[in-house]
Parts: sequence; C-alpha cells; structure tokens
Amino acid sequence: MTNMVDSKLPDARGYFGRFGGVFVPEVLVEALAQLERATNEAFADPAFWAEMETLLRDYVGRPSPIYHAERLVEGPHAPIVFKREDTNHTGAHKINNTVGQALLARRMGKRRLIAETGAGQHGVATATIGAKLGMQVDVYMGEVDVERQALNVYLMKLLGATVHPVGSGTRTLKDATNEAFREWAARVEDTFYVIGSVVGAHPYPYLVREFQKVIGLEARAQMLERYGRLPTDVVACVGGGSNAMGIFHAFVDDPDVRLWGVEAAGHGLQAVDTAASLNAGSVGVLHGSRSYVLQDDEGQVLDTHSVSAGLDYPGVGPEHAYLKDSGRAQYVAIDDADALAAFHHTARREGIVPALESAHAIAFAQRLATERGPGGLVLVNLSGRGDKDVRTVAALDGEDAR
Amino acid sequence: MIASGGFDAVFARPRAERRAALIAYVVAGDPDRATTLAVIDALTAAGVDLIELGIPYGDPLADGPTIAAAAQRALDGGTRMADAIAIAAEARERGAAPILYFTYLNPIDRYGVERFAREAAASGAVGAIVPDVPLEELPAFGPPLRAAGLAIPLLIAPTTPPERAARIAAASSGFVYLVSRLGVTGARREPDVAWAASSIARLRSATTLPLAVGFGISTPAHAAAVGAVADAVIVGSALIDAYAGSRGAQAAQLAGAYARSLRGALRPHG
Ligand SMILES: Cc1ncc(COP(=O)(O)O)c(C=O)c1O
Repeated sequence: MTNMVDSKLPDARGYFGRFGGVFVPEVLVEALAQLERATNEAFADPAFWAEMETLLRDYVGRPSPIYHAERLVEGPHAPIVFKREDTNHTGAHKINNTVGQALLARRMGKRRLIAETGAGQHGVATATIGAKLGMQVDVYMGEVDVERQALNVYLMKLLGATVHPVGSGTRTLKDATNEAFREWAARVEDTFYVIGSVVGAHPYPYLVREFQKVIGLEARAQMLERYGRLPTDVVACVGGGSNAMGIFHAFVDDPDVRLWGVEAAGHGLQAVDTAASLNAGSVGVLHGSRSYVLQDDEGQVLDTHSVSAGLDYPGVGPEHAYLKDSGRAQYVAIDDADALAAFHHTARREGIVPALESAHAIAFAQRLATERGPGGLVLVNLSGRGDKDVRTVAALDGEDAR
Repeated sequence: MIASGGFDAVFARPRAERRAALIAYVVAGDPDRATTLAVIDALTAAGVDLIELGIPYGDPLADGPTIAAAAQRALDGGTRMADAIAIAAEARERGAAPILYFTYLNPIDRYGVERFAREAAASGAVGAIVPDVPLEELPAFGPPLRAAGLAIPLLIAPTTPPERAARIAAASSGFVYLVSRLGVTGARREPDVAWAASSIARLRSATTLPLAVGFGISTPAHAAAVGAVADAVIVGSALIDAYAGSRGAQAAQLAGAYARSLRGALRPHG
C-alpha cells in the first residue's frame, strides 16, 4: 500500500532523492570527507561494532524494553506500546549516537568533542561519553535554552564539560548549531563535531541514523516476539529527526507499517509560532544540507517556537524530507497545549513522566489508537524522560519546583 | 543594464601599477542604504579595486561575529535581496569600483537562481561568491550565473588537499580566493602569510587566474605582507569594525581612511 522508497540511501554524494548534500564552507569539506572515510572503515570493522554493542549493553542499558501503556486511552482502541528510550543512561535516545560518534572520534585520533544542544539531552549525552573516554567536551547552547534547561546545564558541568552560551540570532538550537560549525571550522584538526540529530552535511544524517537504528531493530524484534506481528503504526516526535529515523529505519521496508512523524506545532501552524518544518516549511538549505526549512520568502530562517527545547528547531533531517515527499512517512503536528496535556496524562495514568518532546508523539498516538480501534497496534518511541522538563512544566502550571 | 567591465577591468589598474589589488567587503544595508552607498563611494575614492557587497543572511556559517552582526543590522533595517541589488546598481551608476556579491545559497535559492543571475548582471556586478556551495555542488548552481556573464570565485582553505585545490582553481572564475587560516571571517585571528605564500606558489601552475588572500587581514602590515605574495588582498571584518556604530558621511570618512591605510601599504612588486 505504501510508496516505494530506498532504505539504502544516501547515495555517494549524500543525497536522499533531492535532499541532503554537502553545503558547507570549503574549510569543512575535507573534514567531512575524512569523517566519511572513517565512518565507512569503522562500519566495516566487526571490532568497532563489538565495542559498540558492549557499551550499549553495559553502559547505556540496552536493549531498552517495550511496554504496553494500558491506561493511556479509554474506550475501544489499539494497544499503545512504548519503546522505552527513557530508560537509557542519561534518559534519552541521544546517548546511542554520542557513544557511536565518540568511538569514531577516538578512532580518528581526535581528543576534543564539541556538540550543540537544545534541550541539553544531547549535550549531557556527549559530556557523559566524553567523561568516560577521557575527552575534552565543549557544548554550545543558546542562551534561551541555558535558561529553560538549567538542570542539564549543571549536569554537563558536573560531567566535566564546558557549556558555551550562544547569544546570537534566536539564541536557541539553530544558533548553537551555527556556533558549533564555526568552532569546528576553527579547530578541525583536533576536534570532532558530535552532531545531535540526523541533520547537517553528509555523512552526518547517515551516520547518526546508523547509530540510532538500534531502536527500531530492537523494537521490531520485540514486537514480533511479544505480539507475533508488526505494529500497524510507528509514531515518533521529530525535531531534527534522530529518534524518529532510529525507530523508522527498521520498518521502512515493511510496506504495511505506517510511519508517523510528529512535529511541534508550538502555538499553531502559523510561521513564527511553530517549529513544524515539514508541515509549515519549504525546501531550503540549512546547516549543510537541503531539506525543509522554516523560512521567509527571502530565504531567511525564521524564529521558531515550541514548549519543548529539543523540538525548537527550524530545520529537519533530509531523510525525513525524502520520506515525506515520497509519501512513505506522514508528518503531523501537535501543539504545546496538547503536548502538555499528554505529559500530565502519561504521568498520572502510567507513572511515567515523558520528555516534552516525546509527549508530542504520545498525544498523537492517543488519537491514532482510538481511530485504529482494537485491530491496530501502535508503537511509540518514548524518546526520553521528563525530569529535565519538570521545572518548565511547573512554571507553566504556576507551581514552584525549585 | 549597467556594464560591469568584467574581471579584466578589476585587475587592469593594479596590474599596471604592479601591485596587489585591494578588495573590500561591506554588507549592503549596514546599518542603512545611504550609509552603504556613501561607504562604497569612499572606498572607491580611497583606491579600492573591487567591492565585495554582502547580501545579508541571518545564518552565515562562514562568518564570525563582526560580519554576522553587520548582516543582522542590515536585516533589522529591512534590507532585502532586491534592496542589495538596487544598492549595487546605484553605486555602479555613480561610478563606484566594480562590485562582486557575497552571500549564501539559501537567499539565492529562494529568490530563484535564474532571477538572481539576471538581476545581478543587470546591476553591473562582476560575479558572486557563495561560500556554502563547494565544488561538488557547483554543477547544479553555477550555470545560470555563468550564462549571465557572472564570475564565481571559489575558495581554497588550509585544509584543502593540494589535488583538490588545483581542481578548485581550475573551476573558479574571476579569481581564486585563498582563505588564509582556519576558522571563520574575523579580525581577531591573524592570517597565515607563510601558508598563503606556499599555496600561491603551488597554485600558479594550476591557474592563470589572480590569487586573492583573505580572512584575518586587519592591519597595513598584514596587507603589505600578503600583498607581497598575492595578486589581491581582501579585507572585511576590520573594515566593518572601522565604521560600525556610525552612519552617513562619518561612516564614509572612517571607512575611507581605513581603506587608504591598507591601500598605501600595497607597494609595487620589486
Ligand atoms: C527526549 C528527546 N526527544 C526528542 C528530541 C528531538 O531530537 P530528534 O528529533 O533528533 O530525536 C530531543 C532533543 O533534544 C530529546 O531530548
């Protein structure tokens, strides 16, 4: 029933159909080419994956369980199953990728890691593996996010990383990413840029997907074992799109499994009030690749808004743009209010406090489960836990959580 | 349609004077249109050979804080693509030095590459530098600009392997832009003159195009040292810093004085 896509992409030039590519200043071109060569060598080396597997098992705590969230929806509905990335070390899927990239960095002889972060989850995950491997870590974070994710800022410091507040532009994830690229350009020789999602210039969207696809590979096997069948639907929130690509990838070639990416609508789908690049954006180039971008008619990238810092980003990974245009995946948007309601609801009904990012996916899955009815089976990527968001939510609720 | 004279006109005078050309970068609309025009006139009077006119973009990955802030001032003042092109046309009409655009792919893409090429050529500009379009992406981007008679100077960085540098030089037009050091634009870090000199020596066999050096050049001493080995010296952030915070005639006076100090350091080759 679904459209044919090629799950083996990107091609040699880093393209998923017409999306992707390498649009960076010349100073970074050779660094990306070196990274691509190192990635290909590592991926072909069983010793690399053996070390990765050991770390994912003993350090990250994989495989993460699947869990039937029985009390989430009332009335006739499809079972909702959470893939519990919130149980990972550091509390989100981000660590799957940082462990992989840090091992690549070590293989390449780099001693310093840099990262951009929005919610702080990717920064914490980079600081964590940096501490474990004895590498220097510098994290770039927009001033607005430093304020709203104070807990993670302190965590990064505890882990020995230096957090650099970024005051340019919108002072959120977009500008933190600009700054990380600039810093990489200045220190390409000893520095490895650990990008936090399936965005950026080739080979990043590819290699981040390869490190995150463990989510879907595990979940697919777990669903078959527990339910004897594949899910009818797979749902994940999409900021840059790494947890979504991570869970989608193993299902892309299963034509009967519907894939749903859930973007942050913010206050609605009007530009300026949203972060839904695939729903409200247009094709453009941001941070090194061609994809959908929230931009004005002059090609200037717009300010975005979402209650969740991790989704507050005007771009999206090129593979999602490809899956959208081909129709293989569908992209919907959930606004702040519905995400917050799902956040509270999941806490009260399941005893699980989800990340605000993941709450977007849950909000959509609740509706979908009712629509599908008992014949459906809805798998949701619970990309992270919500401890980092407690202060934000408390402030919105008028509570004091200091 | 305003005639550009092409790149031959850019390098004719410095060649005749047996010195390196001076290329000066300013952002269109920083902080307003009248100031930009006055600054361009002053730079022309100061003997600048080519004006690099930045079309402001809010996410300039190749630029440091000075140029990023200048672009933001221009955007805050409402400068749009069409305004930048109109500034170039007006400056050329009143006899400014040749003009080369500098911007990023996304604003051009959104405006339409063909439309940009047509209007840029009509404004009397000699070409455009688009630093986030590397060699590999040029086939999809360059042809409409070249068809309109615009040159596309390409950049070579210290990280560029020699074999690739030769291919970039061969694909470049107008001149070849050597980035003098790692990192983004900005006056805070010095140019690497020794690297520039050795790259220039190596590239002479790969191209007959002029070899220009930029990034980090801020003092007459830098200009003299780079000018002794290169065909052109490019200054940006330090020039913008020289008139940031002022407008109109005062900005023009500051920009002109600063440009003259660099121009005076470009002595005839021995
Ligand atoms: C828990 C969680 N989920 C999702 C995201 C969004 O990123 P991505 O779309 O790359 O999965 C973040 C980003 O910080 C996050 O922390």
